[in-house]
Amino acid sequence: MSKTSQQEMTGRPENTKGVSRRGFMIGATSAGFTLAFVPSALLTATPAQAMAQKLFEPTIWYAIAPNGEISVNITKAEMGQHVGTALARIVAEELEANWADVRINHVDTEDKYGLFVTGGSWSVWQNFDLLSRAGAAGRASLIEEGAKLLGEKPSACVAENSYVVCKGKRISYGDIVAKGDLTRTYSDEQLASLPIKAPNERKLVGMQTVANDIPAKTDGSAVYGIDATYPGMVYAKPMMPPTRHGSVVKSVDDSAAKSVAGYQQTLVLDDPSNTVPGWALVIADSYHAAQRAARVIKIDWQAGPGAQVSEADLLKRGAELLEGTSGSLVIDNEHVDHMFQAADSVLQASYTTNTVLHFQLEPVNAIGLQKDGRWELHTGNQWQSLILPTLGQALGVAPEKVVMRTYMLGGGFGRRLNGDYGVPALLAAKALGKPVKVVFSREDDSRFDSPRSASVQNVSMSFDANDNVTAMQHAAAAGWPTAAMAPFFLGPGANGEKFDPFSINGANHWYDVGAHRVRAVMNDLANETFRPGWLRSVGPGWTNWALESFMDEAAHKVGVDPVEFRMRHLTAKGANAGSAPNSVGGAKRMAAVLKRVAEKAGWGSDLPKDEGLGVAVTFGQERDMPTWTGVIAHVHVDRDSGKVTLKKLNVVIDAGTIVHPDGALAQTEGAALWGASMALHEGTEFVNGQVKDVNLNSYTPMRMADVPEMDIEFLDNGHQAVGLGEPATTAVGPAIGNAVFNAVGARVRHLPITADAVKAALS
Amino acid sequence: MAIELTINGKAVALDVPGDTPLLWAVRDELELKGTKFGCGIGLCGACTVHIDGVAQRSCITTVAAVSGKDITTIEGLSETGEHPLQQAWVAVQTPQCGYCQSGQIMQAASLLATNAAPTDADIDEAMNGNLCRCMAYARIKKAIKLAAAGEVEANV
Repeated sequence: MSKTSQQEMTGRPENTKGVSRRGFMIGATSAGFTLAFVPSALLTATPAQAMAQKLFEPTIWYAIAPNGEISVNITKAEMGQHVGTALARIVAEELEANWADVRINHVDTEDKYGLFVTGGSWSVWQNFDLLSRAGAAGRASLIEEGAKLLGEKPSACVAENSYVVCKGKRISYGDIVAKGDLTRTYSDEQLASLPIKAPNERKLVGMQTVANDIPAKTDGSAVYGIDATYPGMVYAKPMMPPTRHGSVVKSVDDSAAKSVAGYQQTLVLDDPSNTVPGWALVIADSYHAAQRAARVIKIDWQAGPGAQVSEADLLKRGAELLEGTSGSLVIDNEHVDHMFQAADSVLQASYTTNTVLHFQLEPVNAIGLQKDGRWELHTGNQWQSLILPTLGQALGVAPEKVVMRTYMLGGGFGRRLNGDYGVPALLAAKALGKPVKVVFSREDDSRFDSPRSASVQNVSMSFDANDNVTAMQHAAAAGWPTAAMAPFFLGPGANGEKFDPFSINGANHWYDVGAHRVRAVMNDLANETFRPGWLRSVGPGWTNWALESFMDEAAHKVGVDPVEFRMRHLTAKGANAGSAPNSVGGAKRMAAVLKRVAEKAGWGSDLPKDEGLGVAVTFGQERDMPTWTGVIAHVHVDRDSGKVTLKKLNVVIDAGTIVHPDGALAQTEGAALWGASMALHEGTEFVNGQVKDVNLNSYTPMRMADVPEMDIEFLDNGHQAVGLGEPATTAVGPAIGNAVFNAVGARVRHLPITADAVKAALS
Repeated sequence: MAIELTINGKAVALDVPGDTPLLWAVRDELELKGTKFGCGIGLCGACTVHIDGVAQRSCITTVAAVSGKDITTIEGLSETGEHPLQQAWVAVQTPQCGYCQSGQIMQAASLLATNAAPTDADIDEAMNGNLCRCMAYARIKKAIKLAAAGEVEANV
């Protein structure tokens, strides 16, 4: 991996916020005029030179053709969030484009496009300002050039609906491109001075629209990775080794497969990148033939580490690690130990979560092939920039020699941030000298998942004689995806030890709790046994389970209503005051969503017997991109069986400016139900180094009949647009747990919440 | 021996082993990729097609079992993609990732063919075998009701 690419892979390049150190260039290309950001120092280059030298930074570029078509290039993966629609509408807003003229172009990987990563609910947040500036620069140049063509002064002209209009005359953007010369450059100062619309002037952002990707998803024409074909390709089905790491194929017996029509061979992979150790692929004329052959092929493996590991072992190891002082101090205020020693009383509780599968509905798959001196991988992926160096390493070529062709994703949820499934396709294509399409069966996909790790957490709070909170400690142990796959992302703790920010986010909350300590510990047994994955929100999926369950327990300990208890600690003082642009208002905004959701849910009103409301709040994933989220769950608990029925979810979110309101609502509906599904319906366990539940006969995500009533509201206030794909996911679980307690007095501290656990807590 | 059947109104002959799942024959022999592979055991519904007008799971149906039968896939539900359910799906902005939606629509079409005005409970019962991993369930239900009520055009 080159130094540059490592830097680029820090996911959020430093240049994504604001427009510093970059200019903007508009130049003629074969497709009309292309509008793109370039480093300021290179503004003297012509657009043609810039293109040739890959100087554009076109995660934020677009082109206008003589026929008026405006193509916006999108490097973000489309996986259900309608991201192209949201991003293109930001450009179109400032460009004053007719939305009907806008086309969305999901591009393949190329260096010139910069970083490819779709995750963290970052897409809109990172790009809002840049795309606005890109649109505004285009608008300004179109007005200038349109005015010239109409023989008027620019000051007499306005842009609207893909036309420049001057004193009753008008010219279309397409005609300006065809007849004029838009060539311009803008320095970063000029860009920054371009007028950007006030929220009340917007015509597209914040308005309803039809998502561009949806029609093709209703008639079977949308093309996902699994739908890709290539002339001359053969099919491959993996044979899963007994362990994720370190397995070795000792022998293959395919004698029984030789009579299977269409079976070709079983290929044992030699993988220099060590991504798929101990892998063999069954190669055949068709996928069905590969499946038939795989059933009768016998492989003898030498298992790698973790072959005996169980879920109980993982949880036990996590608990052991928390007993010591190992790990990284993410927050380490002064006087924590002193406050606990001097406390009048202390509350301590431990929380655990089981392993969770992504179970995105399209099993992972990829076509590998070589064409024109480059390797191609045809697959849907969320973090192409992360896996490209690994693909290059597997093939023994530079990453630039590998291109990833872009397809729709049949679900992402973080599974496809890890592109490991592309490696076997390319290795096989290289070994066989022909295109190979690898398709994982559902069972293969589950075994090869990088699941959400099991977690163990200890939370404690100290109180003075008046029941005021004086200090808090939160320690979490889990498998760390970032250590396994993107170690350059690990951050330094106060004690110098590194930590995975994605695995502890959430514990660094916005409550004022006095002296605060947060400790993150990597569960080494988890990382040794499997490849932990980033799953929708990652760490907050467990940290909020502990934190928000504990806040309720603390409220009950001191005899204060759980909403009121939270309010008292959302003072928005000091570190929790927030800062511009992302967290203006700080914890006050969390208090606002809490207040609103409590009002809407009828907090404090009487409910029928064995029903209860439970509350939880979260700021989403990261303190520097807070999405203020309040959830109240309404449950019924059957005391005899322990069964929890989720009746209703009230969700109130302050995500600042909402770009695509219906898309935001859809994301929140899905995220909230994911939270409910993981709390009540999902969860698996490791048995002998593998996940136990590999298909829907025993892994049981939420179905239609389980769906509660939902009431979702956005507090749209014109603040900085932040992320929406994940936040609701992580507050729902603790809201349900707290509702169970309020319904029947049973405190559950493990996810998923099983009927047996509720029954046990009742007796 | 080739197996003869009708797909989307066209007679075809499939030269594949009789135990080949209809799903893979449809996708890889007939190149109709709208029908999706999700679980392979008939429990997710992504592979739902109509066999003689009734929604069935093509991943656990062999081609031998549908010899001589009339198969409809998502591509054949409407020549123009304007079946009332497809229009309702767009009107309600139902799909997220969209991978399950061919199956959802085919399942819903089968429901509406026998029950023109399904209740919430009818919809839950008919659709519970179709997993939507994005959990767009509320919109799926809303779209079915919209199509059943014949109110799509007013909403588009």
